[in-house]
Amino acid sequence: MTVSGAIDCDVHPALANTDALLPYLDEYWREMVAIRTVENLDLGSYPPAVPLAGRPDWRPQRGKPGSDLALLQRDALDAFGTRFAICNTLYGGPYLPNDDFAAALARAMNDWTTKEWLDRDPRLRASIVIAPENPELAVDEINRVAPDRRFVQIMVLAAGERPLGKRSYWPIYRAAEKHGLPIGIHAGSSFRHPPTSLGWGSYYLEDYVAHAQSFQSQLLSLVAEGVFVEFPLLKVVLIESGITWLPAFLWRFDKTWRGIRTETPWVDRPPTQIVRDHVRLTLQPVDEPPEQARFERLLDHIGSEDMILFSTDYPHWQFDGGDVLPEGLSPQHRRKIMIDNPLQTYPRLAETRQEAVT
Amino acid sequence: MPQRYVVARVGDIPTNGSKAATVAGREIAIFDLDGEYFALANRCPHEGGPLCQGRRTALFESKRPGTFVTSRPGEMLRCPWHGWEFDIRTGRSYCDPDKMGARAFGVTVEPGARLVEGPYQAEIFPVSLDDNYIVVEI
Repeated sequence: MTVSGAIDCDVHPALANTDALLPYLDEYWREMVAIRTVENLDLGSYPPAVPLAGRPDWRPQRGKPGSDLALLQRDALDAFGTRFAICNTLYGGPYLPNDDFAAALARAMNDWTTKEWLDRDPRLRASIVIAPENPELAVDEINRVAPDRRFVQIMVLAAGERPLGKRSYWPIYRAAEKHGLPIGIHAGSSFRHPPTSLGWGSYYLEDYVAHAQSFQSQLLSLVAEGVFVEFPLLKVVLIESGITWLPAFLWRFDKTWRGIRTETPWVDRPPTQIVRDHVRLTLQPVDEPPEQARFERLLDHIGSEDMILFSTDYPHWQFDGGDVLPEGLSPQHRRKIMIDNPLQTYPRLAETRQEAVT
Repeated sequence: MPQRYVVARVGDIPTNGSKAATVAGREIAIFDLDGEYFALANRCPHEGGPLCQGRRTALFESKRPGTFVTSRPGEMLRCPWHGWEFDIRTGRSYCDPDKMGARAFGVTVEPGARLVEGPYQAEIFPVSLDDNYIVVEI
């Protein structure tokens, strides 16, 4: 079913709690962790106990799903013949309202990722975690971590304070472009805003389904504000965004742009073309159509074979057994999704891959 | 064989104004651009909106976000229904210039004295020898 040498673009090493970051914080912030009751800053959408947070056969006997390196190696890397896996650690620390504390925790998370994961398995790569609401501090952190070529991306949450296309965030994109790092927009919210534009719903079900709207709004913002005009080399990866909403969204975007494009004259070609050139999406959790071969039709509607990147979303419970790929994919698409598209998206993977061969 | 039709007297269309005319059963929109004349099918290729009533603007472009470059004043036509833009010189749309456009027709200005000799068709009004006329080729 899978292809050997696959590149898994989304796995989740779990941070046990804020105390696990203490060795990576200076004395002042260690003290602040001790007195400010921030021992648990898990994101609200997927508390560790909900079924989606860990596939039953992937849960460790103790601790959070994804907290054990040996299990990750066995269940995520060996099981799928993975050559590289990109670690995206999700934690609320970088989204604290205090800019300095948020930046200190992001910094500690990156050092924790290096020491506890990247240094312990050569197949692992990672996203740089930043606290995006203070772009100046975020850029400092990117510049600090980027020389380690095992960091292949910069990660932010899909729902933060403001739309990501706003110019105040542009220093982050300038740094991303300079270092050859895509911006990964991962599902999740800092809950500064309700998960829907209508206000607060009542159920996880509503949050999860409505989250596609957050991704749509971010795509709208990035394109309309001209981020890809200002940063023509920038790539954006939507992580855990789902996929099936994309074609209808793009049709609507193009259609509306035709009538009011003079508002944003820098958007000088149909948004669909811009999105195809600059945006990629990870596979799992794939909102797969129920009939076999419909996924191929979906790719046809998207109009590009280059946009989907293989991911397991380990250890989250998105599929069972080895059924990680949609049914009915041609061998050629399978290869593109699992190897070629990730290599095209993350230039740093290709470079380390060559080093490994020579 | 294309036919040539007299659609208006020079002076009937105000400077940078427009006029719709029915010629050989077709609605044509004629535009004045500082004394130059252009003719397009008066039917937006999108949903059929009357282009003749569209707002005329400059061409608005940008080199980078937040900057605005204005050129070719009055040469872009915005359909009154959904706002799609067309170049009045060519009929080509901004949004999809290779595939989507309003049909453009050739326009000339002819003295009345020549028109009475034919082979022109003046469906709309009688031609006077002393005036100049706008002639569309369809």
